[in-house]
Amino acid sequence: MRENLDNRATPSGIVIEMENVVVRFSGDSGDGMQLTGIQFSDTAALLGNDLSTFPDYPSEIRAPGGTIAGVSGFQVNFGSKEIFTPGDSYDLLVAMNAAALKVELPKLKKGGIIIVNAAGFDRNNLELAQYPPGVDPLEDGSLDNYTVHKVDVSKLTKEALAGTGLGTKEVERSKNMFVLGLLFWLFDKETDSSIQFFKDKFKKKPEIADANIRMLKTGWDYGENAEIFNTRYTVRPAKLPPGNYRSITGNHATALGLVAAAECSGLLLFLGSYPITPATDILQDLARYKSNGVKTFQAEDEIAGICAAIGASYAGNLAVTTTSGPGMSLKTEAAGLAVMLEIPLVIVNVQRGGPSTGLPTKTEQADLLMAMYCRHGEAPLPVIAAASPSDCFNMAYEACRLAVEHMTPVVLLTDGYIANGAEPWRFPSEDELKAIQYEFLEQRNGPDDKLLPYKRNEKGARPWIIPGTKGLEHRIGGLEKQFETGNVSYEAPNHEIMVRLRAEKIEKIADHIPLAAPDSGNENARLLVLGWGSTYGAIKTAVQELIAQGHSVAHLHLRHLNPFPKNLGELLKGYEQVMIPEMNSGQLLQLIRAKYLIPAIGYSKIQGQPFSTKEMRSKIIELLNP
Amino acid sequence: MEVAITEQDILLSPKDFVSSQEVKWCPGCGDYSILKQVQTVFPDLGVPKENFVFISGIGCSSRFTYYMDTYGMHSIHGRAVAIASGVKAANPKLSVWVISGDGDSLSIGGNHFIHAVRKNFDLNYLLFNNQIYSLTKGQYSPTSEKGKVTKTSPFGSLEEPFNPSELALGANGSFVARTLDRDPKHMQSIIKRAHEFKGTSFVEVYQNCPIFNDATFFAYSDKETKKEEAIYLEHGKPLIFGNNRDKGIKLDGLLPVIVNLSETGITSDELWLHDEQDKTKANLLARFLSNEDGSQHFPRPFGVLYARQRPVYEENMEEQLHEAEARSGRMPLNKILSGSRTWQIF
Repeated sequence: MRENLDNRATPSGIVIEMENVVVRFSGDSGDGMQLTGIQFSDTAALLGNDLSTFPDYPSEIRAPGGTIAGVSGFQVNFGSKEIFTPGDSYDLLVAMNAAALKVELPKLKKGGIIIVNAAGFDRNNLELAQYPPGVDPLEDGSLDNYTVHKVDVSKLTKEALAGTGLGTKEVERSKNMFVLGLLFWLFDKETDSSIQFFKDKFKKKPEIADANIRMLKTGWDYGENAEIFNTRYTVRPAKLPPGNYRSITGNHATALGLVAAAECSGLLLFLGSYPITPATDILQDLARYKSNGVKTFQAEDEIAGICAAIGASYAGNLAVTTTSGPGMSLKTEAAGLAVMLEIPLVIVNVQRGGPSTGLPTKTEQADLLMAMYCRHGEAPLPVIAAASPSDCFNMAYEACRLAVEHMTPVVLLTDGYIANGAEPWRFPSEDELKAIQYEFLEQRNGPDDKLLPYKRNEKGARPWIIPGTKGLEHRIGGLEKQFETGNVSYEAPNHEIMVRLRAEKIEKIADHIPLAAPDSGNENARLLVLGWGSTYGAIKTAVQELIAQGHSVAHLHLRHLNPFPKNLGELLKGYEQVMIPEMNSGQLLQLIRAKYLIPAIGYSKIQGQPFSTKEMRSKIIELLNP
Repeated sequence: MEVAITEQDILLSPKDFVSSQEVKWCPGCGDYSILKQVQTVFPDLGVPKENFVFISGIGCSSRFTYYMDTYGMHSIHGRAVAIASGVKAANPKLSVWVISGDGDSLSIGGNHFIHAVRKNFDLNYLLFNNQIYSLTKGQYSPTSEKGKVTKTSPFGSLEEPFNPSELALGANGSFVARTLDRDPKHMQSIIKRAHEFKGTSFVEVYQNCPIFNDATFFAYSDKETKKEEAIYLEHGKPLIFGNNRDKGIKLDGLLPVIVNLSETGITSDELWLHDEQDKTKANLLARFLSNEDGSQHFPRPFGVLYARQRPVYEENMEEQLHEAEARSGRMPLNKILSGSRTWQIF
């Protein structure tokens, strides 16, 4: 939190202006910290801050209350400057119980603020948080380096809602709104937007809406009147590029990208999917667009999800399947079929920590090589990746474009970090979106009035021929295809021709994607940090800071991973050093080294957590000053 | 005088459904008969040729798709019906036919099978049951009888088989029928019934594999045995069989009992009348594979065991879309992109 000088005194104390602030909300899984964090962030965004959020929750829905396993956190970094990450450490920690304090304290900045719910620090809670008997962190002086505000949120909530007729459960559930109100006061933000949110959300349960709104106001008033907070903080709107903005998570942006591609192409959208963390949101989101003809099919399993999508694509829909790691494993055989059929299909893999069930709610980038190679036989397909929550929109749209225009399944990689994280998004208007070209074949396309289902165009793509088209009846399938006719063929030379043609089609996509260019820095820098996917924010923040300090470093971020942009090799060879940070043990590293024969250096983090800016900065400095 | 011929006037013949591909099943395979019956019946179904789609899985049966001059996809093992569901959801106008075998449907594709009949898309499901894995050259399948000696069960298989019709009924199937390769006329009638029925029409076809499981079903078609071993179901008709049509099946409560009509003087009015819409009776019929205590030997039922219409998936799906559109109207893309909470930066 960097202070600006433009501070002012108000009747309720001093207001200090900050460039950016990181807040971490933390409590039991059932404490509603995610909702609190989202409401806080949405309001900050509406008021013009740039921001980045990081929901960090356990895979258990409700782990035993008060335990360390049950701690659910939500982090937001909001600022008056451009923000690319949720922040390495936080300025303010809200801890609803002892376990939350214990888990989150290590990343609180020295001198930071702690707001605790006093009721979460009774003997039982301390014991559940595994503090030694007799130890109470609120009393033993261990927090002397921080500013601690002890507020009995539970008690204040009960008092405020006494006489409303609400049950104990509902009252208990409203205490997060007290916290939200208090933080709105503390950061000089209005409650209007959240009040409207509750009115809309609980239209049919006005008593619940009222309770939430009352607690918001109670929290705000508490800040104003309790006289324990003598300082407030304000963060001015950020100077972002002009335009219309909204706040968006990666999964929601992915859903919107798919809807937009359907609307712009005129194709109907079909999603075959099976619920899996952290990809389920996309299925849930798309189920809401029925009025626009979006068909969502919750299949009996992952395999049926992709197979139904293959069927829908065959019949002429813009077909998509969404999943995460384990589901991706299950879909691979069908993905191979789609490669053989050469039909459009978008496969979204919201990566999570693996292998096996791994870390369902934690993030990782370890499915890149799987996306590239995990189909038997040689079955190449385009692989692209989103760099940030809002970039999920662009890349979902791009995945649809590539699939339809090049008649191929496409893998879009996002991950849990950007899928759940949110940021302000300068959303495009319809007419800013690139056209998606397609046509269904209507006439026989070969000599002598023959139909050639596997005759290719200049892109190497075959025609899309949908059942119901008169006179074009034909059979396709997983068996090797005869050149152009698409009939079954076991002929030796034909197989080699077809394997090469399918690969060539994917290679040719390089002619239809943007060239690579540094995102920060330039081509004369000594060190290039080459990233892909969700490492974007940490790399960008670190590289920009180091460039400002005069270091010779640049950042290039890949969105197209197969094929690579045509000029990538040439660009990479211009740098003395190329460093590739990844949340895996070096997968892009292998691809880059193998393809371009350059001694790229890997930088791995495999902890289910994104890179911090600090880690990135240290690594770059280490490489620049050996 | 020239007579204008409209498209509707062009009559289709079985030949129109024969593809250019050479049929490569073994000589004597029951699949030939199934292909023939489908090609015979199809011209009369009143469906434009381009609206037929065949989706098959893997196995001898699933090569079927290549031999029909319609749209078709020979897909991957066990997944045909999952793909077919997507085809039907995307375009409900198509007449979708799933071709599968006992291994494809009941082993590797078992999950898709039960969920497909539960979801009840309006499609037709022909399961070629030869009680053996043939394409991999003779291993026991999930419908092989227990104790079957095959290459992977040299001392006899240890598994109780699935009863496909019982499984389909248990999964809430809405149409369950059985026919056999060696009775062309019956098969044709069942194919027509399956087509006419709206919902997932599940047809188990007993199909002889002359190479790896020959003669398994011959008792139901050979002249000497079929009258005793097979019983043909007709809606509203009593269950009568036997060489002299002198045996009937009566229900004693929920217990089927075989009675000799000439000896007992029981009249056909007192017998079990077949009711396609009665699920309890359909379940009993499905269990006529073998009676567990061995006290009675029932003939094998052929025909429509059960047919009761219920809403089909793709129509419900379309209905929800229309209702949503009627309720709130199609949302303009710009509105979708902006959402409800936006701000502007100048």
